[in-house]
Amino acid sequence: MFWAQRMLVRRRRWLRPEEFAELLGLCQFLPGPNVINLATVLGEGYRGLPGAVAALAGLLLLPMLIVIAIAALYARFGAFGPVPGVFAGVASAAAGLALALAGHVARPVIRQRPATSLPVIAAAFVAVGLLRWPVAWTLFVLAPVSIALVWRRSA
Amino acid sequence: MTAGTLVELARVFAGVSLLGFGGMNTVLPEIHREAVDIARWITDRQFADLYALSQAEPGPNSFIATLIGYQAAGVAGAVVSTMAVCLPPAALAYLVARVWGRIRGTAWRAAIQAGLTPVMVGLMASSAFILIRAADHSAAAFAVTAATAALAYTTNINPLWVFAVAGLLGAAGVF
Repeated sequence: MFWAQRMLVRRRRWLRPEEFAELLGLCQFLPGPNVINLATVLGEGYRGLPGAVAALAGLLLLPMLIVIAIAALYARFGAFGPVPGVFAGVASAAAGLALALAGHVARPVIRQRPATSLPVIAAAFVAVGLLRWPVAWTLFVLAPVSIALVWRRSA
Repeated sequence: MTAGTLVELARVFAGVSLLGFGGMNTVLPEIHREAVDIARWITDRQFADLYALSQAEPGPNSFIATLIGYQAAGVAGAVVSTMAVCLPPAALAYLVARVWGRIRGTAWRAAIQAGLTPVMVGLMASSAFILIRAADHSAAAFAVTAATAALAYTTNINPLWVFAVAGLLGAAGVF
């Protein structure tokens, strides 16, 4: 997303910064990878369906080929010599990155609405992280509760 | 590899794609449940490895689906999984973009978004927990996770530098 912002706003100047922020708001409202949503919405805005398809193809095809090559290398050499050691190190670092990401997203939410957000965060963590319940069930139960809490607060 | 595996990959990744409000990190627990616990396409260890790869390579981090698809069913599995994880949200984005002007300023839209966020934070914390359990089996590994989390939380460091250091430590046999 960092690179998308840099290219679309600063280099190509296809979008003004506030337009980019507006689009990002839409993409974060939708499920799925944000960059994919951004490409779809932007392509749709320029040329309708063909634009959306072109933007998606441009975003996905070449990286997908590269990733398939990486996957093949991993399958072939993943257990070879020092490779498992390297992966052990990088995987531990990546897990730390995921933890930092959760912290970054959590901070403003907890600051703004501690009373409504903390119980919901804890419930989602217990259900999915500890009890390993399916994400879909957890979402169907917790999301309406959480939305209702926000709604009552703001009403 | 069978056609059945491809159908399963499509079902799993299309399913999680529409649950991930706020990016792939919110559905990693579901991907882990399906790919490691149920279908056994990959091991816990491989899950941690492939997640790391998906963070280190170029492109959207939805490529965790591509990597798991390849492990399960080769190139066909990789292509099917990528399409399954990208196309349903893209179709939804296409439809919503056309009515976004009418719903974006409404109070219910803001309430839905504000209400979903804490659930997503809980899911992201679950993802981190599952990844740590899969990746860390020694004190040194936990230390790398903790140091990376602290660095990434407090600074704007490019994660690739941290990956390089952690990879070198791993190559030296620290873990």
